[in-house]
Amino acid sequence: MLRFLRKRLIASAIAMLLVTLVVFVLARIQGDPRALYIDENMSQEMYEALGRELGLDRPLYYQYWVFVSQIATGDLGVSIHQHRPVADIVLERLPATLKLATAGFIFSIVIGVPLGILSAVRRGSAWDFAGRTFAVLGHSLPSFWVAIMAIFIFSVQLRWLPAFGDGGLDHYILPAVALGWAAAGGQMRLMRSAMLETLDSQYVVLARAKGVSQRGVIFKHALRNALLAPLTFAGLTLGSLITGAIIVETVFAWPGLGLLAINAVVASDYAILQGVMIVITFFYIATSLLVDVVYAWVDPRIRYE
Amino acid sequence: MLAHRPAVGVSAVDATVLEVRNLTTEFTTKWGTVRAVDDVSYSLKRGETLGIVGESGSGKSVTALSIMRLVPSPAGRIVGGEVRLNGRDLLALSEGEMTGVRGREIAMILQDPMQALNPVLKIGDQVAETIAIHQGLRGKALLEKVIEALRHVRIPAPEARVKDYPHQLSGGMRQRVVGAIGIASQPSVIIADEPTTSLDVTIQAAYLRLLRQLQEEYGLGIVFITHDFGIVAKMCHRVAVMYAGRIVEMADVGTIFDSPLHEYTKALINSVPPLEADLERLPQLDGQPPLLHDLPPGDAFAPRSTLAFTPEDASVRPELVEVEPGHWVQLSRPSVADFDRYAHLVSYG
Ligand SMILES: Nc1ncnc2c1ncn2[C@@H]1O[C@H](COP(=O)(O)OP(=O)(O)OP(=O)(O)O)[C@@H](O)[C@H]1O
Ligand SMILES: [Mg+2]
Repeated sequence: MLRFLRKRLIASAIAMLLVTLVVFVLARIQGDPRALYIDENMSQEMYEALGRELGLDRPLYYQYWVFVSQIATGDLGVSIHQHRPVADIVLERLPATLKLATAGFIFSIVIGVPLGILSAVRRGSAWDFAGRTFAVLGHSLPSFWVAIMAIFIFSVQLRWLPAFGDGGLDHYILPAVALGWAAAGGQMRLMRSAMLETLDSQYVVLARAKGVSQRGVIFKHALRNALLAPLTFAGLTLGSLITGAIIVETVFAWPGLGLLAINAVVASDYAILQGVMIVITFFYIATSLLVDVVYAWVDPRIRYE
Repeated sequence: MLAHRPAVGVSAVDATVLEVRNLTTEFTTKWGTVRAVDDVSYSLKRGETLGIVGESGSGKSVTALSIMRLVPSPAGRIVGGEVRLNGRDLLALSEGEMTGVRGREIAMILQDPMQALNPVLKIGDQVAETIAIHQGLRGKALLEKVIEALRHVRIPAPEARVKDYPHQLSGGMRQRVVGAIGIASQPSVIIADEPTTSLDVTIQAAYLRLLRQLQEEYGLGIVFITHDFGIVAKMCHRVAVMYAGRIVEMADVGTIFDSPLHEYTKALINSVPPLEADLERLPQLDGQPPLLHDLPPGDAFAPRSTLAFTPEDASVRPELVEVEPGHWVQLSRPSVADFDRYAHLVSYG
């Protein structure tokens, strides 16, 4: 287990490094970083002094090294418009996004997993049909459209739920559904097919032949084996829910990273965009590491490899 | 000829534990309704081993699953017949009552020990489960019973093995674990569905020996499904030959080997390789196993027969009749050389 953990940690670190490299290269491709600071009063000396200040006279690999070590110490640069450290700005907005992503995640699990189990156990029934319809809709309806329709129906027409901004629990419902529906559908389909497969397996036949009750067969024998695929998927969705939040946040005016990133694009505040990108990547990689650890815990075969 | 297994011990005489009557099981498939088990009847005595042989797809496993009432649903369902276990009709029980019977009075050993054990549960827990369910034991008493069951199937160092996961054991050991689960509650019948197909020859021999010992110890009745006539000779007292969901011949093992009547039985036996060439499967017989959704209306075997079937011969469904005491065969006119000797037994409706 320890060896497995070490291997995965190293792999995650490499992935993170690769992403910073991509961000770094993208930033340099954008052109001379001094371009953003230039105004007509700037002299050639000032221009070169700025270059030295930003480390642009050093070789590229050294610049990259400085870039990475700054990120490692939590320094994501300074926003040229807000004149504040990007790290502070991103950290301010992060909780809102995480809360929204968590709400979407909980929705996808709480709805997707039981629906998948039910569909598999009652294969071919009305439940199965309803579950599969739910999954197909989640897969094919774009989240912004769901968001707008949800606001229209439940906020404007029925006036049941608030449409905009962060707030009490009721503020979470519509954004969570809009954000989490696709993931819930995917979760449901994965859970269903994994469950169907394990329910057909020889060890389930043997469990039934031993006299294990239907409930025992489903929850003790089939479910634990079937959980692996949905679990991996859950980790991946957690990452994509954070990225997906960008769209949903704009529709619901949700004060998170997504709204921040959109505003940064509009203002061409590259430092903020870069900071958001790095933070989101970090969460993406961290969640998939977490999933692998849980995975190894559930399936002993991985642990002992 | 092969050395046959001697008849069942005297003590067991006539204590019928399992009786299957006119069992019929169907599947709904996209090609239509398929009768995987068609009017199957046999009985099994205490301490007796009944071999079930037949090509792939002949319905051996579905018969076993039907007896356990574990036919995959909703595709499959038992449409008729009786399964009497110690006098009680299992098909008449509620699902709850049946759950109490499975593993307690009748158990199963499955073909592939790699697949039959749950990969995420320790083997001790998998053995313990059945003991806990049927004997209500918990804690230390349960653990002791589990270790005892593992020791019974000659698993070395069972105290340490209980904490292992299936993938940490060899194939032979896993199959012993499945065996331990089977006998843990001392059922009166075990259905073994090709329990040694995936084991290599020496491990297979040891496992069969173990099964016979357990049988003698407990007076187990065993329904032994196999492809391997070598195993049939070593393990079985009686043999039923299945074709297209029906029993075409059934007799004691000596009769099956020495004087089979049905053409299909003869073909199966003649295709047995010399003993040293232990093949896993029967060598191919001429022709294809029948497609169950597209069976000829009368004699299912007629299209593959090398004998001269007139259209009229082929159109009647042969009955299973007892031609000698204990020797049952589906009598179709061309399939039995001296049909006339038995003709008085047949009444073609
Ligand atoms: N789940 C299923 N759905 C539909 N048809 C099935 C199903 N299981 C079995 N059948 C049908 O029942 C027939 C008999 O299958 P069965 O598994 O009993 O064969 P078998 O004699 O055990 O073969 P083998 O020697 O390969 O194990 C098959 O040919 C198939 O047509
Ligand atoms: Mg089979």
